[in-house]
Amino acid sequence: MKEVETMKEEWKVFFQLFWTFFKMGPVTFGGGYAMIPLIEKEVVEKRKWLKSEEVTDVFALSQTVPGAVAINSATFIGKRIGGVKGAVAAMLGISLPTFFIVLALGILYFFFQDNPKVEAAFLAIRASVVALIAYAAIKTGKTAITDKSTLGIMIVGVPLLFVIHPIFVILLGALTGIVCRFVKRKLGYNMELEQKNEDYKNHPDYFMGAGI
Amino acid sequence: MILWELFRTFFVIGFVSFGGGYAMIPVIEAEASQHGWMTTQQFTDVIAIAGMSPGPIATNSAILVGYSTAGIAGAIISTLGVLLPSIILVLIVATFFTKLQNYSIVQSIFYGLRPIVASLVIYAALSFALSNNLITINVSWHTVSLLFIFGLSLVLLLKFRWHPIYIIILSGLVGVALYS
Repeated sequence: MKEVETMKEEWKVFFQLFWTFFKMGPVTFGGGYAMIPLIEKEVVEKRKWLKSEEVTDVFALSQTVPGAVAINSATFIGKRIGGVKGAVAAMLGISLPTFFIVLALGILYFFFQDNPKVEAAFLAIRASVVALIAYAAIKTGKTAITDKSTLGIMIVGVPLLFVIHPIFVILLGALTGIVCRFVKRKLGYNMELEQKNEDYKNHPDYFMGAGI
Repeated sequence: MILWELFRTFFVIGFVSFGGGYAMIPVIEAEASQHGWMTTQQFTDVIAIAGMSPGPIATNSAILVGYSTAGIAGAIISTLGVLLPSIILVLIVATFFTKLQNYSIVQSIFYGLRPIVASLVIYAALSFALSNNLITINVSWHTVSLLFIFGLSLVLLLKFRWHPIYIIILSGLVGVALYS
């Protein structure tokens, strides 16, 4: 009987986690820092699953793992509350709404892409997309550049990407970081590791810089 | 088998997808064009749709590239591919660490990764500008109008903090007025 009870409890947590993150999905764009205040509110204030400091740790940890900060945070919180099952529930919850929205828009696009009006609209939209990315580049650059070395890495990285596969450039970047800090420490330099940036709390559109 | 190819490709992308934002555009584009899944112009449209939808750009583009290559099954498989590395790594990290960000080696890695992420986004902007004739030697009325839309969008983003979805809708209307 006790086993049945714990099974019931596990599934209850599963659905609670799924539903909490499912509700959040459709209101966030970019999937990045815009979600942080929302997650905090749901998880700390409403559900009381975690304390505020624990959630701060989860966000920091989420950024060290590949993938979007919002999805990773949800998965981390799911794991804390409900183990592996909870992690899966939270990840599904946060991903499913956007999956359906994007799929629906994609189906519409591929259906209408040869319509002359749609073609004309997308001709202009493409120019705006370049602007969106340029804006993201400015935001990302601002948070990434903390000293001369990081500026150097960024500048060298751009032409490299024209000749080397981006995955290798990313790995090279990680390696450069390790070597660079090792050398600097040996030489006794001080390093600004990251900017103390709490910007996202005041600017909900910070998702653009969520590339890091 | 195309589904396996999609899964394998997005699974690898998932492992390097730091931030899951615009920085992943060059990686996905390199793979999509290498496999002949789409042209750069089509891919720009994919980013437009990904940018106007909620959710991370990397996951959204995976859904769209998957759908255009192999239908709904392709969309599901690509999404699973790009999400799986995250869930695997999150489970490992959550089991063994509470403050991974305090380890010196992790800080060193991110010291190099952050500027590279910025390079990726800059590169994405440049390569899209080139493939969509924003940067060209044959300057025509068409190029000037595109540059105007680009400039206006950037000002609306930087100065007026417009949401991307409004910028995409506005430029779509401008496009219909100008080019159809």
